[in-house]
Amino acid sequence: MKKREKRWVALAAVFALVFGIAPAANAMHIMEGYLPVQFCAIWGVICVPFLAAGFFSIRKTINEHRKTMILLAMSGAFIFVISSLKIPSVTGSCSHMTGTGLGALLFGPSAVSILGIIVLLFQAILLAHGGLTTLGANTFSMAIAGPFVSYGIYWILKRCRVNRRVSIFLAAALGDLFTYCVTSFQLAICYPSEAGGIGASLVKFLGVFAPTQIPLAVIEGLITVVIMIGLESYARPELRELRFVEGDR
Amino acid sequence: MTKNTKTVIILILAIILIALIPLFALKGAEFGGSDDAGSVMVEEITGTEYEPWFTPVLETMIDGELPGEVESLFFCIQTGIGVGIVAFCMGRLVERKKWMKED
Repeated sequence: MKKREKRWVALAAVFALVFGIAPAANAMHIMEGYLPVQFCAIWGVICVPFLAAGFFSIRKTINEHRKTMILLAMSGAFIFVISSLKIPSVTGSCSHMTGTGLGALLFGPSAVSILGIIVLLFQAILLAHGGLTTLGANTFSMAIAGPFVSYGIYWILKRCRVNRRVSIFLAAALGDLFTYCVTSFQLAICYPSEAGGIGASLVKFLGVFAPTQIPLAVIEGLITVVIMIGLESYARPELRELRFVEGDR
Repeated sequence: MTKNTKTVIILILAIILIALIPLFALKGAEFGGSDDAGSVMVEEITGTEYEPWFTPVLETMIDGELPGEVESLFFCIQTGIGVGIVAFCMGRLVERKKWMKED
């Protein structure tokens, strides 16, 4: 990132802090209209610095590693496909995956925030799935929190010299699961239960989302590994340029 | 068959199994969206029926809920766009490898 770009991100971060924390916050996809107005605004504003960082990160990728744009397109399309597939789960309800792990591992978490918001906009406008008012909260959980966790887990496992495919699997699966934990948290702080406060309702929301999501998180991990195996055999030059694989084969 | 091919086949089988087993194991389950389960939970916690303060733009425009069939159309379009791009790019990469000199 260049100096000027860093300044922009920092500025956006300050902006988010001022507007996000100052009003002393009482704040998958959260359904349209289900978050009180102030929470919608807060989550939206929190996303701004990440989106700004993502914009610059993608611009840098386009300028410096033009060759890897094909992978960027694939990561975005991957999110499109994966998040449109609703899959039945052991709890008897359906949910869908996020697909953000792949992009996060290849291009870093901030780039994925841009890819993710495109998908969320598509679903919010055309499908009434998620929503425009809850776009900020959903972007934060799916396109920011999840990818950052994926990226962090992969980074740690790489340092510990864990087998690469196992690391990819864990990173993608846990990132997916974490997205839904964040969603539960976002709902819980808006709807603290009368008896136990935020904690009690967090447990309740996690009870709805987590068991449904666990098998799907496993599936997402496996799919990401499959795609990575494909890329490793056919897109080695690009992966090398992104420093995802080292030097020679 | 290379080792990679085997791994991929095993993984794909595992994915299909995980996705389909609940469908057969839980006969008669509704398989509604977990997003809807979330809104039920909101009602349970607040104790009153929650009235969303904003309805989706498209629903306002067509005055009512999106018909199920049309919704599945939009989901298919989303999948289609995604699969199209992924398949196109993957095709290019596979073809390129064929013409690349072995280095």
